[in-house]
Amino acid sequence: MRALLAAGLALAAAAAVEAEVVPDARRPGYDFASPEIRAMQDDETTNPGMLWVSQGESLWSKKAGAAAVSCEDCHGDARASMKGAAARYPAFDAVLARPIDLEQRINRCRTEHQRAEPLGWESDDLLALTAFVARQSHGLPIAVSAGPELRPFLDLGGELFSLREGQLNLACSQCHDDNWGKSLAGNVIPQGHPTGYPVYRLEWQSLGSLQRRLRNCMTGVRAEPFNYGAPEAVALELYLMERARGMPMDAPAVRP
Amino acid sequence: MSATTRPQPLLSVEEGGESDSSPTRRRILLVTAGAGLVSLAPVVRATEDAMAEAIRDLIGEGPLKPGKVKLELPSIVENGNTVPLTVSVESPMTEADHVESIHVFNQKNPQPYVAAFHLGPRAGKAGVVTRIRLADSQRVVAVARLADGSFWSDSADVIVTLAACTEQ
Amino acid sequence: MARVLINFPQRAKRGEIIEIKTLIQHPMETGYRVDNRGAKIPRDIISRFTCAYNGDEVFRAELFPAISANPFIAFSTVATESGELVFSWTDDNGQMQTEIRQITIE
Repeated sequence: MRALLAAGLALAAAAAVEAEVVPDARRPGYDFASPEIRAMQDDETTNPGMLWVSQGESLWSKKAGAAAVSCEDCHGDARASMKGAAARYPAFDAVLARPIDLEQRINRCRTEHQRAEPLGWESDDLLALTAFVARQSHGLPIAVSAGPELRPFLDLGGELFSLREGQLNLACSQCHDDNWGKSLAGNVIPQGHPTGYPVYRLEWQSLGSLQRRLRNCMTGVRAEPFNYGAPEAVALELYLMERARGMPMDAPAVRP
Repeated sequence: MSATTRPQPLLSVEEGGESDSSPTRRRILLVTAGAGLVSLAPVVRATEDAMAEAIRDLIGEGPLKPGKVKLELPSIVENGNTVPLTVSVESPMTEADHVESIHVFNQKNPQPYVAAFHLGPRAGKAGVVTRIRLADSQRVVAVARLADGSFWSDSADVIVTLAACTEQ
Repeated sequence: MARVLINFPQRAKRGEIIEIKTLIQHPMETGYRVDNRGAKIPRDIISRFTCAYNGDEVFRAELFPAISANPFIAFSTVATESGELVFSWTDDNGQMQTEIRQITIE
């Protein structure tokens, strides 16, 4: 309790310090996790996230919707067709004229091509498909597009990252740029790179999306969290992925 | 800017999936919850006594000898929801000399039982790995019953820290 | 049907001690939590897990709410003959899920 008050004071005092993480000092959340958590993640037979990956693999070949097609019918073997896909999301959707994240992409396929109902945010099926697709990018570097059409959204994401918010009046950058590596309520603050999403968060005892994690951050500083799928949420996701450009994906990660 | 006290969750979706009614948290809940907002249903908290009683139920009058059992838990965890636990017992695991069962107890969760594993000579070796929930920093005890009726034990202390940005 | 991951060497030598790892998707709701409206979320846990090898029980676990969600249990058994390993998870309400796997002994 006292530690948290002290941390709050320290962060408030550190407000003026600008300290973006320099590219070669970037480390994934894995590096900040305990040996036990890393062991849980590394072994496919013990990583709880693999339950969803396995479920996603089944869903991939399941026909759905009025069109009665499966992901496989269009995309074939995911191991080939989805290789590197998750590493490029959020990606610009020409029709919507804005970036969408992987979950939204999967749902667009469902509604536009399978003519099925979209899957609910944080539903088991959506997590499973996202986890399965993300798994196919394991080890591959994050490579979101640097195209000019994404510029305004990237800028918005960057602004949101540095915007103080909530009753605690903290910005993402204050923890994740300025104070990573230090302790907050018994956990080590990571740099906030989304290399491992969807992630098995021990706090949730379940797999969850990046948007869920960001909502937790916002609740953590006592701010009203973004609604799922809000353009600001996707802009922030885009910024985080750009900030993590080149770092290898490790989904599904295990985190505290 | 004054640093604000971290508002305690008014609902008891606690760390570790079980009520954490350690004195500090209870005091804060009473202070911030205000009148009429009692969030925790009265929970009978397991104490050292409850654990001792549970162990006595298992072993009866006989002695509990330290040794043969090795209980491995991390000494400090970032989250009490999923704590890896390995328990192994030195034993040839023959028909004549084997481990019949391994029982795991905890000190501070709402109830003292964690799990009971039943083995036998077909196990080949006496070792089990699982993941447990710990509501607070506490001691965990493993008791093995051997084929000859003797009981052996080991214990481990775990410090459980809280997650920072949670859902509530 | 809850998602299950079971891992063990599918081929083993007679007499070899093999490690079996199991993971099942289940919330293991403790019964101590309350929801957003203050109502108690009822307990819903897997309370029993067994492994039978060609019909003989070789491992059994009694589980309590202190076992984490998505229970992971790893144990060992001696590879005796080729045949079937039958894994069963039973919850508080007596609902059981069973998975069968083959093992080949050389």
